[in-house]
Amino acid sequence: MADAELASAPPRRAAVRSETALLVLGLAILVLAPLTAQLLGEPFYIRLFTRIAIMAIAAVSLDLILGYGGMVSFGHAAFVGIGAYVAGILAYHAASGEALTTWPIVIHGSQNAFIVWPAAIALAALAAFVIGLVSLRTTGIAFIMITLAFAQMLYFVVIALQKYGGEDGLQMSERSRLFPLDLGDKLVFYYLVLAILVAVIAFCRRLVESPFGMVLRGCRQNERRMRAVGFPTYRYRLAAFVIAGALAGLAGILLANSQNYVSPADMAWTRSGELIVMVVLGGMGTLIGPVLGAAAYLLLELLLGSFTTHWQAIFGPILIVIVLFARRGLYGALAGRPADG
Amino acid sequence: MADPLLATEDLVKQFGGVTATDRLSLSVADGELHAVIGPNGAGKTTLVAQLAGELAPSAGRIRFAGADITALGMAARARRGLARSFQIASLCREFSALDNVALAVQAHSGHGFRFWRAARADESLRAPARAVLAQVGLAGRQDVPAGFLAHGEQRQLELAMALAGKPRLLLLDEPMAGMGQADSALMIALLRTLKRRHAILLVEHDMDAVFALADRVSVLVYGRCIATGAPQDIRADAAVRDAYLGEEAL
Repeated sequence: MADAELASAPPRRAAVRSETALLVLGLAILVLAPLTAQLLGEPFYIRLFTRIAIMAIAAVSLDLILGYGGMVSFGHAAFVGIGAYVAGILAYHAASGEALTTWPIVIHGSQNAFIVWPAAIALAALAAFVIGLVSLRTTGIAFIMITLAFAQMLYFVVIALQKYGGEDGLQMSERSRLFPLDLGDKLVFYYLVLAILVAVIAFCRRLVESPFGMVLRGCRQNERRMRAVGFPTYRYRLAAFVIAGALAGLAGILLANSQNYVSPADMAWTRSGELIVMVVLGGMGTLIGPVLGAAAYLLLELLLGSFTTHWQAIFGPILIVIVLFARRGLYGALAGRPADG
Repeated sequence: MADPLLATEDLVKQFGGVTATDRLSLSVADGELHAVIGPNGAGKTTLVAQLAGELAPSAGRIRFAGADITALGMAARARRGLARSFQIASLCREFSALDNVALAVQAHSGHGFRFWRAARADESLRAPARAVLAQVGLAGRQDVPAGFLAHGEQRQLELAMALAGKPRLLLLDEPMAGMGQADSALMIALLRTLKRRHAILLVEHDMDAVFALADRVSVLVYGRCIATGAPQDIRADAAVRDAYLGEEAL
């Protein structure tokens, strides 16, 4: 039984009820809103919801290590960026016909999602492995700073890639081909992203409730105890870091495809900060919370941004109020449910 | 004596100019309860930390079950059967008592890297954990978050986590610390049931407990072992009286 340790029975049942209601409502909005926008001839809102769902995937993946593993990674956008750039660069070479490498093996560009997406995810996972290998030797502030430093290194690497647009970013002439779907269709693409979001949440939910997940959550609460009891905690945390990096890479692929464009801004440190804000705002250690956080963040950005370009001056105080008064984030406040241990 | 289960050989630990452990050679035989006593600052907790693998000794070696474990980390030693309970309760406070013990069971069953099963529905982890909780007297408190347990109960849970891995040696760092009379008596009774089934190295301040339980007592003063022997011999030892028991009477 999940969260048997929390609360006594009656309030718990009420929490489950409001939680279920919230999930059904949220899913209904995510399913119906873009369809309505399509019917009303407002494609802008389809793009907005697509962006929300993609950022939600990245935020959920961050929640896995931040909320459950206690690893405050300040470089998560780097993995999003790697996924996006792999998709962008392979598309660029597919369009130009020029091979990506000719030695020691020949790699051609591609638009085929069955080739590009696994490659991008694998590369993001590899980067997470290397970065995690070093970063996870540290904890606390040092960990935050090291992950930030690695992400900044990658950021300046892509800026230096003049061939792929450098600072200006890289245009993609068309979206990946995922037979039999037509990803060029905005609505089809959106529902694909939504399905992936749901799958990612379900996957992470299973993961945190598995024996592996229990060790990960134990590490957040008391890492020394976990080592004393016999777990080589470093390996567990590294495995979680790689999984989160791979999922962030997946979000990056979708991001590149959604905007037909990749830019260094997609992996800037500010983006990593935004992802942390989404997770904290929505509720750490809840998996659903980060989806709410991503939606709230992007909608507020849009709403406040229409009044003033200095929208963050208003957003900042709102964030502070929410963090102070709803410790478990929006999800905790709405669902009446504490975070998982 | 036959090859002891645990032995330190000329163990030294220095922190800057301070020698916390000074050429210490101790042993615990299979099935023995060896108590280590000493005044505050004698280096008892430093000794436990070195035995558990949390602190690396400056010199000397530690042998356990016939192998040199000096270079092994905390987790590796735990998996070999050297279980430790902390002086200050160290638990996963948001997890229930049962979750905590189930994790300890899991650590010793090689189940860690299983990504897909629901851990809380896994009877191969939950059933042994419930049995250990019953053994330490926490059966009725299994669903309470560890952080909400009373002080004495947290100490019992500490012990349960150490027992869950069926250790060969229990390393108990002041299991009675901060306990009232009644709780202490319960803990002493509990330790008596564990004696012989596990070798135990007991670091303790509570003299009643030590003299009631120990097969052998070592006295640590400034990191050095000044006497080792049967409890009644230690009680009679003049040097020990001077260094420790007398001081306590002041």
